[in-house]
Amino acid sequence: MGNIADTRAPIAVLKSVTKRYGPVTAVDKLSLDIRRGEVLALLGPNGAGKTTSVNLLLDLAWPASGSVELFGLSPREVAARRRIGAMLQGAQLGGHARVHEVIALQSGYYLNPLSLTETLHTAGLDGLEHRPVTKLSGGQKQRLLFALAICGNSELLFLDEPTVGLDVEARRGFWSSIRRLKEQGRSIVLTTHYIEEADALADRIVVINRGRVIAAGTPAEIKRTVAQRHIRCITKLKVAQIQTLPEVTSVNQEGERLDIVAARPESVLFEMLKLDPALHDLEVTGAKLEEAFLALTDEDHEEQAA
Amino acid sequence: MNTAAIKQWSWRDTLGVYLREAEFQFWSVVRMPGFALPSLLFPTMFYVFFGLLFGKSGDSSTATYMLGSFGTFGIMGPALFGFGVGVAMDRERGILALKRVAPLPPMAYLFAKAAMAMLFALVIVLILFVLGALFGGAALPRAEWWLLAITLVIGSLPFCALGLAVGLHVGGQASAAIINLIYLPMSFLSGLWVPLSLMPHWLQELARIFPAYHLGEIALSVLHMDDGSRFLTHLIYLAVFTVVCLWFAAGGWRRIQDR
Repeated sequence: MGNIADTRAPIAVLKSVTKRYGPVTAVDKLSLDIRRGEVLALLGPNGAGKTTSVNLLLDLAWPASGSVELFGLSPREVAARRRIGAMLQGAQLGGHARVHEVIALQSGYYLNPLSLTETLHTAGLDGLEHRPVTKLSGGQKQRLLFALAICGNSELLFLDEPTVGLDVEARRGFWSSIRRLKEQGRSIVLTTHYIEEADALADRIVVINRGRVIAAGTPAEIKRTVAQRHIRCITKLKVAQIQTLPEVTSVNQEGERLDIVAARPESVLFEMLKLDPALHDLEVTGAKLEEAFLALTDEDHEEQAA
Repeated sequence: MNTAAIKQWSWRDTLGVYLREAEFQFWSVVRMPGFALPSLLFPTMFYVFFGLLFGKSGDSSTATYMLGSFGTFGIMGPALFGFGVGVAMDRERGILALKRVAPLPPMAYLFAKAAMAMLFALVIVLILFVLGALFGGAALPRAEWWLLAITLVIGSLPFCALGLAVGLHVGGQASAAIINLIYLPMSFLSGLWVPLSLMPHWLQELARIFPAYHLGEIALSVLHMDDGSRFLTHLIYLAVFTVVCLWFAAGGWRRIQDR
């Protein structure tokens, strides 16, 4: 799909888009690129503007300012929408139609849909094709929505909170389906407020809070931007001395112990041990992406308050 | 995915989408007893009660007259409920959003709903015809049977437009209530249950504001049983009414499009 030359070219773009609902600015001059073949996670707390961003890309919401492009076209164009599939939050499938009928109807909108068997298999609905939609469990209905998103064999998939409300096992099932889609070369935009989900699936994470991008990068980079480690130990070294070491962000005296915050604790500790071999009561605590995320959104809130 | 670039979307594909959408709509409606049964049963039941059982024996004029009036009553139901409640529910359940994101011509969705309303209208009309001919002694020249059926089936379109205007403006629960509040009183006040000639003068005058009255008169004019008012007036009223409803619907649609 496409040649190597345009691999890095964005296939979907939000350019400085603002969207307001009454007095609330849901999305604030937000820019976003989706590149071919990547899994992009939009991560943020509830109400951060993730779903609005997706809705803007899908023409379900209209921007007050800024521009939206899907494959170089307006998302309003049927030609653009033929190349995407979307799993929307809160869609309640019902009625007396059967699973295979619902999928066949959706597949028929596309030029080159997946076969029914393939769709059912990828979505984990094998053997349920003759079941009336009303008789599906909540998790199965979610899988059917997922099936409707993927059945068109689209290059770009939007999955808005695909695993919300699912148990751990069902969530893992979704993850492996999403990984399979990525292996097939599809681009995926995933919104989630589960950090572990973004960490497990995404090539790139964009952290959104209050309608703005507050961080973007690979999961590792996101962790690194704020994933500071805490080194706590008792040492005869002075605060000022440690502060001069590379990679140290801050040093605090906590009683007789020092609390050193650093991006790469290994090199800091190496230097410290060279200077004070008697250093003791050592404790290094890591930051998971969870903490990074909280740190990011907290900082953002503090800035807002200031 | 490579073949996607080679294969082109053709008008045949578009036609297929329209037909499949209508077929899907057909099956979901047929399997929904809460819609299909009352839509078919109420006009049939009313026709049997008022047109056949109440009518004087040996006089087929009541049974014939009520083919026009209860035919009009009957075809309004699927149009008003199919669009009014159907669209409101689809919107509330996020089905409309799914359709909007899908590469589906927006008209295909409306076409499917309208086709369904007209198909139901046809079935209702045929049931009434069979009952009227067999048990009411209604005898019409063949051309008039055809003309009445076509009038009523096409006549459901203004009510599709009215249903659409309601369905795009209010929620699912409210729409059912509002449609019932429109459907039943308007049918009575338009003289579809009891002929207007039996009603007080002011009610006869009031009837002129309702689209059901105008379609009823067109249907009765096929049977040469209309009140003598001008055919063209009814036609113009229904055309203007449809345009006004579609204009309101378009306003609702614009509002919905931007979530």
